[in-house]
Amino acid sequence: MMEFKYEIEGGDFSKAGTASSDVKKILKQLNLAPGLIKKIAVAMYEAEVNIVAHAYKGTMSVIINAENVRMLFEDEGPGIADIDKAMQEGFSTASEEVRQQGFGAGMGLSNIKKNSDYLSINSTVGKGTIVEIITNIK
Amino acid sequence: MQISEVIDLTEAKILTCETQKGDNVLRAFASDLMSDVLTLDTDNLMLITGLNNLQTIRTAEMAEIKYILFVRGKMPTPPMIELAKKENMLLLVTKKSLFQTSGVLFQAGLKPVY
Repeated sequence: MMEFKYEIEGGDFSKAGTASSDVKKILKQLNLAPGLIKKIAVAMYEAEVNIVAHAYKGTMSVIINAENVRMLFEDEGPGIADIDKAMQEGFSTASEEVRQQGFGAGMGLSNIKKNSDYLSINSTVGKGTIVEIITNIK
Repeated sequence: MQISEVIDLTEAKILTCETQKGDNVLRAFASDLMSDVLTLDTDNLMLITGLNNLQTIRTAEMAEIKYILFVRGKMPTPPMIELAKKENMLLLVTKKSLFQTSGVLFQAGLKPVY
């Protein structure tokens, strides 16, 4: 089992994706199938960008074992008022700045779901959000 | 379609990975929306975009896209070029618009994703 933890800064798009990039390189070294690596990388990057786009700060923890890759994103931020609505394609509360980066089209959460085997979102408005993503590798 | 043909047709300038000009791309996707790019699961893809920031390169990295053609003369910044080189990504820039670029390449046989 391997475990990695990264701090993610809210609002700092210059660093968005660096944690996911790091983990993707580790997955490559572990010789996972390219299709699986891409699935995990896309889901992870979407979740990382969500923290940068919406939260003040957060952490990304990745646990890799023989069966799956588990990614846990915990942030301090405004939280999500209506998770069902947030899951709908096209719904987004992203700022103009986020949209200028090519995101905020309301595709992220549904794309995470598509690229994972398990997705859970727990959020408290005014406090933050916890996103857990699991992708099976066996 | 060979990258060198893409360069000829769009009068593009090559910015990185010049030695890979002989590579072939099968399909292209034109978008300024990285959220949409991340939903694709197509291999051997070229991204045509006017979105000129670091997240364009990061998105391509995550989505395993090795070729990016920037339109409207959007010149990638030095940090973008540096990251692209590290990821072995071939960057092109053309002065043509997104519409014209896509039209010219489509007409010459480059396939769409859908």
